[in-house]
Amino acid sequence: MMPVRHLLVVSCALFSLGIFGVLTRRNAIAILLAIELILNAASLNFVLFSRLFGDPQAQAFALFIIALAACEATVGLAIVIGLYRTAKTVFTDQVNLLRG
Amino acid sequence: MPSSLIIQIGLWAMTGLVLVSAVLVVVLGNLFRAALSLGLVLVGVAGLFILLEAEFLAFVQILIYVGAILTLVVFAIMLTARLHTPPTRTTVRQQLPASVAALVLFVLLNLATQSLAQSAEPAETRVSLAQLGRELITTLVLPFEVISLLFVAAMVGAIAVASSKAQAPSA
Repeated sequence: MMPVRHLLVVSCALFSLGIFGVLTRRNAIAILLAIELILNAASLNFVLFSRLFGDPQAQAFALFIIALAACEATVGLAIVIGLYRTAKTVFTDQVNLLRG
Repeated sequence: MPSSLIIQIGLWAMTGLVLVSAVLVVVLGNLFRAALSLGLVLVGVAGLFILLEAEFLAFVQILIYVGAILTLVVFAIMLTARLHTPPTRTTVRQQLPASVAALVLFVLLNLATQSLAQSAEPAETRVSLAQLGRELITTLVLPFEVISLLFVAAMVGAIAVASSKAQAPSA
């Protein structure tokens, strides 16, 4: 007997908390942290169903999610640092360089 | 699966760790503490991976996420730290609508995944690392290569964006 329901609820909760963080945070780095939560929810689901169905491809995609998260974190943080350099802020609602 | 009491205890402990620190990640005003809570979330998810008998993924999770990504995030926080020294108004944006939206999403996701929990008997054999590796170089070789290419592109792009020489002169 596997705790499928339990882990699905955990994963849904992680995802919703990530969405909440993306919606409420003003700091761009904090938004990136919330996106990591969302990605973790997805990879938790992949691993759960990989165990349930005995399928190695699902684990491979969890690996891909981790690699994608690494890419996303690097590029995101580079953008944040570039933003900090040009706009002198990391708060997303203070960035209005493109406003006409 | 090994003795089920230990599994149960570990499951609840890891779940508690993950959920409590995930809440802390999104509500803590101090960004540095939020990043450390994210580390706890990642360790908890790695623990859940171990409980699901995916040890390799748990180690990858700890090595890449906690070891590399979190270090990067902490560095970025320190590099941009000067502006959020008053940590009071970091989370005050549209909190009520956002919590309603997140709650509704949570309920909807739970309803949508309800039927998936029916087949609660796991497969007899766990996925072995050899199987995973064979899958990566046969069926999934194209996604694997695409990810590698993407990774190189992301690294080059990150260096190009963050290097000080590439800055536009007008601030």
